[in-house]
Amino acid sequence: METVYKWLKNLATGAPDWALLGVAMLVAIGFLLAVFPGVFAFITWAERKGLGRIQNRMGPNRVGPVGLFQPIADGLKILTKEDIVPRRADGFVHFLAPVVAVVPALLALVVVPVGAGLVAVNLNIGILFAFAVSTASVLALFMAGWASRNKFSLLGAMRAVAQVVSYEVPTVLSAVVVLMVVGSLSTLDIVESQRGWFGWHVFKPWGAIGFFLFTCGALAEAGRTPFDIPEAESEIVAGYHTEYSGFKFALFQMGEYLASLAMMSIGVTMFLGGYLGPGSGPGVLGTLISMGWFFAKLLAMIAVVIWIRGTWPRLRVDQLLAFAWRFLLPLSLINIVAAGLWHFIPSKPVGWGVSAALLAASCWVLTRLNGRAYIEKRSYRLTS
Amino acid sequence: MSAFGKGLLDGLRVTAVNFFGSYFDKGRKERLFTYQYPEERAPIPENSRTFPFLVADDPNDPVGTIRCTACKICEVECPPKCIYIVMDRDEKGKPRQRPKVFDIDLSVCMQCGICVEVCPFESIKMDNDYEKARYGRFNELVEHLPDLLKPNAYYHRIKPTEAAAVDAKLKAEAEKKAAKAAAAAAAKPPPKPAV
Amino acid sequence: MSAPVVIETQTLEVSIGPQHPSTHGVFRMDVVLDGEVVVKLKPVMGYLHRNHEQLAEKMPWIASMPYTDRLDYFCSMSNNWAYALAVEKLAGIQVPERAEYIRVIMAELTRLQNHAAAVGFLLSDCGAWFTPVLYAFRERERILDFFEAVSGSRMMCNYCRFGGVRVDLTEQTLAMARGIVERFPRFLDEFEKLMTENEVLMARTQRVGILPKALAIDASISGPMARASGVEYDIRKVDGYGVYPRFEFQVPVGETGDVYDRYMIRILEMRQAVKILQQALRDIPAGPFQNPAVKLRNFKIPAGDGYGRIESPKGELGFYLVADAAGKNPYRYHVRPPSFINLTILEDMCLGHKVADVVVILGSVDIVLGEVDR
Repeated sequence: METVYKWLKNLATGAPDWALLGVAMLVAIGFLLAVFPGVFAFITWAERKGLGRIQNRMGPNRVGPVGLFQPIADGLKILTKEDIVPRRADGFVHFLAPVVAVVPALLALVVVPVGAGLVAVNLNIGILFAFAVSTASVLALFMAGWASRNKFSLLGAMRAVAQVVSYEVPTVLSAVVVLMVVGSLSTLDIVESQRGWFGWHVFKPWGAIGFFLFTCGALAEAGRTPFDIPEAESEIVAGYHTEYSGFKFALFQMGEYLASLAMMSIGVTMFLGGYLGPGSGPGVLGTLISMGWFFAKLLAMIAVVIWIRGTWPRLRVDQLLAFAWRFLLPLSLINIVAAGLWHFIPSKPVGWGVSAALLAASCWVLTRLNGRAYIEKRSYRLTS
Repeated sequence: MSAFGKGLLDGLRVTAVNFFGSYFDKGRKERLFTYQYPEERAPIPENSRTFPFLVADDPNDPVGTIRCTACKICEVECPPKCIYIVMDRDEKGKPRQRPKVFDIDLSVCMQCGICVEVCPFESIKMDNDYEKARYGRFNELVEHLPDLLKPNAYYHRIKPTEAAAVDAKLKAEAEKKAAKAAAAAAAKPPPKPAV
Repeated sequence: MSAPVVIETQTLEVSIGPQHPSTHGVFRMDVVLDGEVVVKLKPVMGYLHRNHEQLAEKMPWIASMPYTDRLDYFCSMSNNWAYALAVEKLAGIQVPERAEYIRVIMAELTRLQNHAAAVGFLLSDCGAWFTPVLYAFRERERILDFFEAVSGSRMMCNYCRFGGVRVDLTEQTLAMARGIVERFPRFLDEFEKLMTENEVLMARTQRVGILPKALAIDASISGPMARASGVEYDIRKVDGYGVYPRFEFQVPVGETGDVYDRYMIRILEMRQAVKILQQALRDIPAGPFQNPAVKLRNFKIPAGDGYGRIESPKGELGFYLVADAAGKNPYRYHVRPPSFINLTILEDMCLGHKVADVVVILGSVDIVLGEVDR
């Protein structure tokens, strides 16, 4: 927003400050509201086509070229559906829950730098704000489950809340590593600290593990496979959004996807170098290229998430929670120690070596400890 | 790490191969086997059977050259009893060896083909047309004699080898019958002299 | 330390209703939950009851052959064979050799496509979003196309007759079958690479739904479920019906009897079925495909009763037939459906597991409601 404000000031020197600020704010907000739900619509299309191609079939291809208007068709369909609210449900909370699902995700996108200098609000507590706000969407799950006055919704909501809350911890801890090394909470500073060849944090040992932890956490908070127990409640209970139909259901879906987009954007910012890439720099062309880099990285992450969705089955709820508390949490703590070692050991190669060795060893130990469930099975054959 | 995540990564590799392969699969061999119905339809093998139809030998006079003699064997043998036949009788009430009413209820027919197997006159055969959706559930799904009657040329078109075999069999039967009649006429004893 | 606090909880009774989000048909389970753990489970069947056995008593023997297609609607060819076997046993009819080979080919192809579908659906119950299902269906489609080319219909084949089969295999269709059998191992390799070593799958299915060997024998479980628990019983080896004794194949048997074992047994059985098919397609003799002494209409069986059974892909499928003096219709016609019998110990397998496991265990039993309810 500040970039836009400065640009407008150069353009219209005579206009009063508040007007320029207002226009800059509107531009920033409008950009966020236009682009990210647009990316959401694109993801729904890409997911169906991607899953289709993985499964040896075409995805939607009737509505528009290559099925590109399918999200529009889906949106129209869902808008024209009847809005059913159970009579005994708590009306006000029932109505607010989808809103509470969507708004925090949009708020978290406010601090994400989309291009060089293009961040809606450059808070100097950017990452803290993003995490604080995105955690508020947990409330939506619980509000939905409670207000539906439905035993099964409540069960589903409780499981979803347990999942989201337990995955917050490793996510935030993995972000802490980045913050320690960069020394600032502001997203722009974090991105700027990744300049240079192979400067992205993901190329450093603690960054790679941190990225893995963060991705697991992002997947789990958004409820994507393999952690999609809340979303795909085909296992008996119908989940916290059973009693929602029509546009409210669409809002829940949008909230979930936007939350995952928000987390992935933050992940790109912290680990994958944000908008950095060859050609991104100041100036109009540089800014556009930097925006292109950001969205390219974001789309690459989305592609990987869709790929994972098409391949792996889902974990059961208790295995999910065990994975978070018994594997990710210790790993994230050890990651912090490794990052500290990397930073403070004066000779660089030794620092890299030590931290990489520590992380590899801890991964191995943790998988051995947790891998009791993965036993080798042999079946023998005979002719009776 | 290799022991732990290997299975997961193998799975990812398989799906990636399928994903990229689906763009390069020409001819529906391996990776993309969707038929874009209704623009393209899957090829149906010759033996495919859906609902029965009646064969008429001459397309110009289908009712007259219908092979069915209304013997009602198919009506009796049909397991779900979906066939209803009424024999055509002339003015004096004598049966005309052809059906006046031949109804098949498509919602009852289970496409088993037993009627075809038991028919002694090769008159009812299995069609392979599966686009039979109608806008009603009851009367609209009953096929009457005019709908069911199709010429032998149609039978040859949908099932060439079977139709050729049936034609050969009918011709052989006709020849045998003619030969027997000729032999009976030739072997007729001369009239006995009055004693 | 103070005394441990006992929290008063209530159990929750849930009906996993007739309309499943996952497959398997209209089937209900009344589950009593204590938190997440299953305390009691009662399977409720009967939503697909179509009166098959009573219908057969009113119709001649051949007329219930198409109805047997619809029992276990995945495996119509083997259902047909079981019924034909029972009648042939009762009436003492001989079957020509070529027909026996054809029946074996059809039965093993049925086993392939049934196990492919069953494994695919089990994995989609675990949450793999239909990718394994569609890979399995890719091969299944070829087998179903073959069935259509031979018998006229993909699933409701109505193929076996008493004393043989209805239509012969031509060179073209034999070539089709050979093509299918050649491709299948490659698909199995790809499928195994996708799923068998997958850690998430192993975490989901190992130690879940364990069926002890003694309980399996007591409850007369049959088929891959029993073999996964360690019961060495395969009717193809025990009875040696048809021309199975001529083929060299092995029977995979598992140890623990959990869901993962059942999944692996089915995959291994598919490989063995491919082996049998290769031998059968190689050795099939020329000759008649029907016993000419058997009439199609007015077929009568002398009075008596008999039980004929085969190893269907789901277990032991048996037909108990009683013929009275008239002999035109069955006096009593009873089907011993493997899915129904295998379902009776669902409760014992599910006790103590979480709710999410119930669906997975049900998927591993591999039921088809047409068979359970008849």
